[in-house]
Amino acid sequence: MESATASRGPLARFWSNLSPPWLITILITLILVVGEWRYQIIGGYERLALALGLAMALELALGLLVRGRAPNVQSAYVSGISATLLTKPASGVLWPVAFVAMLAIASKYALTYRGRHLWNPTNFGVCAMLLIAPQSMSILGSDFGNALSTNLVIWAVGIVIAWRANILHVTATYLVAFVVFALLRSQITGIDPLIEIAPVTGPMYQLFLFFMVTDPRTTVSTRSGRILVAVAIAALECLIRLGNDFGWAPVAIFQPAPSMYALTIVGPLAMLLDLWRKARREQVTAGSRAAAA
Amino acid sequence: MSTSIPRKAVALLTFVALIAAARWLDGRTPKINAPEDALGTQAPFTMREVAAEVGLVFTHARFEVDPKIAHIAPHVAGVGAAVACTDFDNDGWVDLYVTSSAFGAPNALFRNRGDGSFEDVAKAVGLADVNSRQGVSMGSVWADADQDGDEDCLLYKYGRAQLFRNDGARFVDVTETSGLGRWMNSNAAVWFDYDRDGLIDLYLAGYFVESANLWDLADTRIMQESFQFAKNGGHNYLYRNLGGLRFEDVSAKAGADSTRWTFAAASADFDRDGWPDLYLANDYGPEELLLNRGGERFEAAPELLDGRSKSGMSVALGDTENNGDIGVYVTNITNARFLQQGNNLRVRSRNSKRFLNVARDEVANCGWAWGSAFGDLDLDGHQDLFVVNGFVSASHERDYWYDLGKIAGGQQGVFQDATHWPAFGDKSLAGYERSRVLVWSQGRLRDRAVAVGVDDLLDGRAVVLADLFNRGVLDAVIANQCQPLLAYKNSVPAGRHWIQFQLRGTRSNTSAIGAEVTLSFAAGRQLQVVSGGSGLSSQNDRRLLFGLGADAAPNSVHVRWPNGLEQTIPSPAVDRLHVLTEPDSK
Repeated sequence: MESATASRGPLARFWSNLSPPWLITILITLILVVGEWRYQIIGGYERLALALGLAMALELALGLLVRGRAPNVQSAYVSGISATLLTKPASGVLWPVAFVAMLAIASKYALTYRGRHLWNPTNFGVCAMLLIAPQSMSILGSDFGNALSTNLVIWAVGIVIAWRANILHVTATYLVAFVVFALLRSQITGIDPLIEIAPVTGPMYQLFLFFMVTDPRTTVSTRSGRILVAVAIAALECLIRLGNDFGWAPVAIFQPAPSMYALTIVGPLAMLLDLWRKARREQVTAGSRAAAA
Repeated sequence: MSTSIPRKAVALLTFVALIAAARWLDGRTPKINAPEDALGTQAPFTMREVAAEVGLVFTHARFEVDPKIAHIAPHVAGVGAAVACTDFDNDGWVDLYVTSSAFGAPNALFRNRGDGSFEDVAKAVGLADVNSRQGVSMGSVWADADQDGDEDCLLYKYGRAQLFRNDGARFVDVTETSGLGRWMNSNAAVWFDYDRDGLIDLYLAGYFVESANLWDLADTRIMQESFQFAKNGGHNYLYRNLGGLRFEDVSAKAGADSTRWTFAAASADFDRDGWPDLYLANDYGPEELLLNRGGERFEAAPELLDGRSKSGMSVALGDTENNGDIGVYVTNITNARFLQQGNNLRVRSRNSKRFLNVARDEVANCGWAWGSAFGDLDLDGHQDLFVVNGFVSASHERDYWYDLGKIAGGQQGVFQDATHWPAFGDKSLAGYERSRVLVWSQGRLRDRAVAVGVDDLLDGRAVVLADLFNRGVLDAVIANQCQPLLAYKNSVPAGRHWIQFQLRGTRSNTSAIGAEVTLSFAAGRQLQVVSGGSGLSSQNDRRLLFGLGADAAPNSVHVRWPNGLEQTIPSPAVDRLHVLTEPDSK
């Protein structure tokens, strides 16, 4: 085994040694660089500097203050870039990008249960800001253009990395569920199925598919659980979309990003249930051990 | 345990503080239909809607699209309400030509009677019955294209454009011999003398691809290939005036072609080299600045702009800083939660040729903004800005933003095919938005629309500012899509001076389009350009009006005629119109 590893080239060794967080970091950086090179997606480097800087600074500050130790800022780096890509601030202002990044980080420390944060940080930051500051920002729309070639690149790289990071089953499940529910909606509403499927090919969904719904820190602990949660998110999104198709006012607030709001609602509930079950199992195990002792 | 609670409290406090701060900051962002700030209560002037009172009675109608795309008719046939200022009868009073876009619906030529009222003479002069399956009106630009001393009319259309020669009592359709009669789907045209030969040339911009006949479609793949980077629109054409109302297509030779979805165009000498350049506002794409290289060719200059891709709707030119330089205002789309493009106000940075976007707050956020025009509405010596907006006002309960969001993410093949677009039904899209009157106050432009009396919620497309009643103030006329024409009569408090210039070229084109007038006065140096078309589907009064405030003795006025001749007039008299004829020499 040792000799097999040694016989591989340095690139192959580097690749096999990369942990999932590093793979995710590489993918988001790649999307950032390609998006900026081809479509100027950042919208000004000051946005990126601000979001990255504030996300990492707040992560460090809160890590030291709340947990008493300097945290790894890799997650803040991903949040900062995601906030930059997903947030479209009103013309002439930068603060919405900064607040998405900071709320993402703050949520990790403020909204916890049994020491775990419940929301994907960027998902929470964006959804919260769309509700708190609707006049001042919108979400990533079509800034990646509408060319299939762009998506093919993201999908190719994303699939390889998701496979390597053992999260491909979540991405795939959500994707299949989205398409099935889209076809179902089309049957119910009579709307062209291509229109219903179209959103999942947009840029926001690529970030959602590879970074949010799959976030290892905010997904449940079992493989089957994660698959179930991905289906549940797609199902809730389907209901939100159907509600909007039929003009049901209470779901109108979710219009800008139905998938992200679905994750915001389903994700923490699933996490709570998972953590509760885990604690219960531990209690039972501890009880059994005590009884046996 | 004792330390963990305060530690968690730090996190919670940070979290709550961030939410409160974001909420507070958002409260300071201008909202689409919210009343203006407190300063709005002190109106520096008033505008009263008088269209019916003065005889400007007209309602735009849209054309019927091919049944295959009828489900998105409000979108595809979403423009065409246009207004242009002219003085077709050379009587010294500004007349108005307004367009409709339905088959068989008449356009109107409102002759200014000079007594405060207008009469529609379009039928009598042959400019009424121009909308048919051969083409429907999208707008007009006027100039003395045959150098005979009166204004000819170029009517651009979805379909075949038409050129009308002004023969005094009648307008004669000379399209067939002009070389301008190709089928295209045009939303914009500009007269300008790009080669400075004294004959006014034409830039005609395409929107939908020219192979599409929107009421008899062979192929429904007529929409944009991309929501923000589309290049599959109609071709833009540069026509060189050969004299005798004959034109030659020099687009390819001059490098002035573009297949972006051009919604509006304006011309001025942006790089100050003496040759008129072109500025294009493109829907679904970035703006384009085409620099004129010696009247021979045009070069795109993306390095002078920031390149952000938006949805350009109109181009207005104004010197907002009174520094003797041209600023460019391009309207775009802004909507809470869905699309934050923001309008651009570009001014040249010091010591650089590059234009910087300085728009923010009310200047940037005007909703789904369409036409725009600069003018000193309160005669205080600073140019103000009028912006009209709102796309489709239908249902108050249902809107199309969610549907647009679905299709906008679709891949090229899906997005481009109109049959895939969700049906509009009775939905609104950025409907019932109020117009903006951005008045220069305390060093910046502030929205004072409601305070000055502009409170309509119609779907504005084109706006012109013109001295309709020869009083030395600018009034506003708004063409609304599928809705009535509006005219706002302006009243400015006494004691504010003004000066107005009407230019007549001799060696340059007789309309003096492209001439620059720079007034040096107490408030600075203000530059205005005689325009052959600007805003969206509009052409302003070509008489240039400068407000002076309390300054009754401006230093001088400097004129640069289109052919380059410069002229200075010291201490011009105020509160009057100066008719300037191009001198033979300096």
